[in-house]
Amino acid sequence: MRHILSILLENEAGALSRVVGLFSARAYNIDSLTVATTEDPTLSRMTIVTHGSEDVIEQITKQLNKLIEVVKVIDLNESEHIEREMMLIKVRSTGKEREEMKRMADIFRGRIIDVTDKTYTIELTGTSEKLNAFIEAVDRTAILETVRTGASGIGRGERILKI
Amino acid sequence: MQITGAEIVVRCLQEEGVEFVFGYPGGAVIDIYDAIFKQNQFRHVLVRHEQAAVHAADAYSRSSDKVGVALVTSGPGATNAVTGIATAYMDSIPLVVLSGQVPTPAIGMDAFQEVDMVGITRPCVKHNFLVKNVAELAVTIKKAFHLAKSGRPGPVVVDIPKDVTQHLAEFNYPDSLSVRSYVPVTRGHSGQIKKAVNLLAGAERPLIYIGGGAVLGDAAAEVRDLVQSLGLPCTNTLMGLGAYPGSDRQCLGMPGMHGTYEANMAMQYCDVLVAVGARFDDRVISVPSHFLSQPKKIIHIDVDPSSIAKRVKVDIPIVGDVKLVLRDMLEQWRQGEHGLHAAALAGWWKQIEAWRAHDCLKYAVSDTLIKPQFVLQKLYEVTGGQAIITSDVGQHQMWAAQYYRFDAPRRWINSGGLGTMGFGLPAAMGAQLANPDATVACVTGDASIQMNIQELSTCKQYHIPVKVVNLNNRYLGMVRQWQEMFYGNRYSETYMDALPDFVKLAEAYGHVGMRVEHPGDVEPALREAFAMKERLVFLDVITDQSENVFPMVQNGRGLNQMDLPPHMRDVQDAPFENNRDYGNMC
Ligand SMILES: Cc1ncc(C[n+]2csc(CCOP(=O)(O)OP(=O)(O)O)c2C)c(N)n1
Ligand SMILES: [Mg+2]
Repeated sequence: MRHILSILLENEAGALSRVVGLFSARAYNIDSLTVATTEDPTLSRMTIVTHGSEDVIEQITKQLNKLIEVVKVIDLNESEHIEREMMLIKVRSTGKEREEMKRMADIFRGRIIDVTDKTYTIELTGTSEKLNAFIEAVDRTAILETVRTGASGIGRGERILKI
Repeated sequence: MQITGAEIVVRCLQEEGVEFVFGYPGGAVIDIYDAIFKQNQFRHVLVRHEQAAVHAADAYSRSSDKVGVALVTSGPGATNAVTGIATAYMDSIPLVVLSGQVPTPAIGMDAFQEVDMVGITRPCVKHNFLVKNVAELAVTIKKAFHLAKSGRPGPVVVDIPKDVTQHLAEFNYPDSLSVRSYVPVTRGHSGQIKKAVNLLAGAERPLIYIGGGAVLGDAAAEVRDLVQSLGLPCTNTLMGLGAYPGSDRQCLGMPGMHGTYEANMAMQYCDVLVAVGARFDDRVISVPSHFLSQPKKIIHIDVDPSSIAKRVKVDIPIVGDVKLVLRDMLEQWRQGEHGLHAAALAGWWKQIEAWRAHDCLKYAVSDTLIKPQFVLQKLYEVTGGQAIITSDVGQHQMWAAQYYRFDAPRRWINSGGLGTMGFGLPAAMGAQLANPDATVACVTGDASIQMNIQELSTCKQYHIPVKVVNLNNRYLGMVRQWQEMFYGNRYSETYMDALPDFVKLAEAYGHVGMRVEHPGDVEPALREAFAMKERLVFLDVITDQSENVFPMVQNGRGLNQMDLPPHMRDVQDAPFENNRDYGNMC
């Protein structure tokens, strides 16, 4: 099953490679990983999307917690949460395709952030499934380039991950 | 007053009360060596290979409960140390390994003798550091010691660039420190402990399964209290030998691939298993599904949550320091006036005694060939069971574990997790230096000893009077055994042709060498060797080449499906698999 893990870790050189090294050394899956410094510059916040059986996810959580630089780990799946991913997608848009592409971006609440005679670059935010749906919805041959951030997640309501 | 980074390193080690640093110099650590030269608070032991420095520091720790310290130079010094670090990591041994690094401006330039030590060791350390600024050196070393010895112990590497050892800073060594991201649990959850006590009280076929965590956690007294006051059977793993006295009736011997018949049968057929600092390793329980095919409830006490429910699901996990958890358990047991199921327990013991009566470690004595088991038995007798025994890896290691009964912890020093040939001799050095008055023997094989034989030179230099007992079977015996059993006797590259004359070799290094070729000479030779208290004696014992280690649980088989020694072959043919009634299992 797919799980989305939120990790608070020391913002130190090498911390990221320890996390990544752990996943490869123990043959765990990483579907996506995002990381950046938090409002507290000594801490980084990481979101990892992974999949595996419940036993494997339990081990992943424990092994992450065992890393010295990891402060806290939560499995967002354990309660309600919100997740967002951003995609920048460059599409071919010439002639009557142009209108169609614009309409499609609107339907998905995307924003066109760069325009040339032949292309649009669209910024799209949402769940990973929504981004997948957009890719499915447009003509495959029109897609010139995509770049995705991977999912970031946060608990719903008052639930917070802090030290 | 400002001092150099190198002096800071030395001051830190002094503050930590370090007695010995095992190491080898080189360009990147030459400033540290200069600072060592100018002090006399701790001793430096110059090994002959960096791997040996780490093994020696490791065994110093295993045999004493202190943190071992090794010092190596950058590049090849660092890579040579890696096997030692991985060995310590697999067995959770607290070590601080200081490695030199090229100067900070040269890092990443493929400089002479540069390797990414932090990168190379990342998967085999508890933690590691690259110190980029001399101002952080002292606190980093403090952290390294703190991390190494607290929680689940392990090796910590501190990589120090050469310029950092030359830069100046004030020396401030913190008395204590807290790492916000690292707070190991010590006390077990009282609710869980209560559940465990209740489960144990209802057990009909209980077994205590004692691992290396009980040794590392100094919980031998608590283990003994639990086992003896409740009258329970117990089994010590390869890493747990001595945590409960091996010669006591309540100890069933070692479980696992080369465990005793009674310990393995009890592991399989118990109904409540209490794991104390043990991790259900593949060499202990073999196949988890088969192990669990006989229903049992499991209580698992471990300081490391990630050890729990890793290979088998457990019913009552208790995270905490084993010593404290066992104390709390016993206290609750006594307060609650719990009693065991006396009749059931008596029946269980009767069954265990029936298993034990097969005497699975019996072997055919010969008056022409020296049986390796016989050597171990004699070694046990001659040393009164009081020696510290280090071992290498192979058949000799398993025989030592089976036939030497360890009655106290920290006397059996072996590489259990990584299985590192070459561990034994440097480990004996570390153990002897930590325990100058103890009798220390290294049980080794003709192949293993050659992986760090150069340390005979270190032993000479520092007058380390260990006894080396080489069970010389002219084979990579353990591999040969597998080839005999599973590969149609095709002894591919396991015959040791052109062995050195070990007696002359020992003499060349300035030691005493003795060859033993007849069974009748074993005991006198051992007595003679151990009487030479001031000398290293190398006993080259020519053993029966064809001997195999039994019992044996083959890969993929269950604990009750052992290959048994010749005198038990009829037992082996009994229908194990479909018969779930333990009452018929003997
Ligand atoms: C460094 C290393 N290389 C290879 C092995 C695989 N191995 C395990 S036991 C063994 C043979 C050991 O031979 P010896 O030391 O003579 O002991 P014996 O089994 O004959 O008692 C080998 C090669 C190992 N454990 N460690
Ligand atoms: Mg051999």
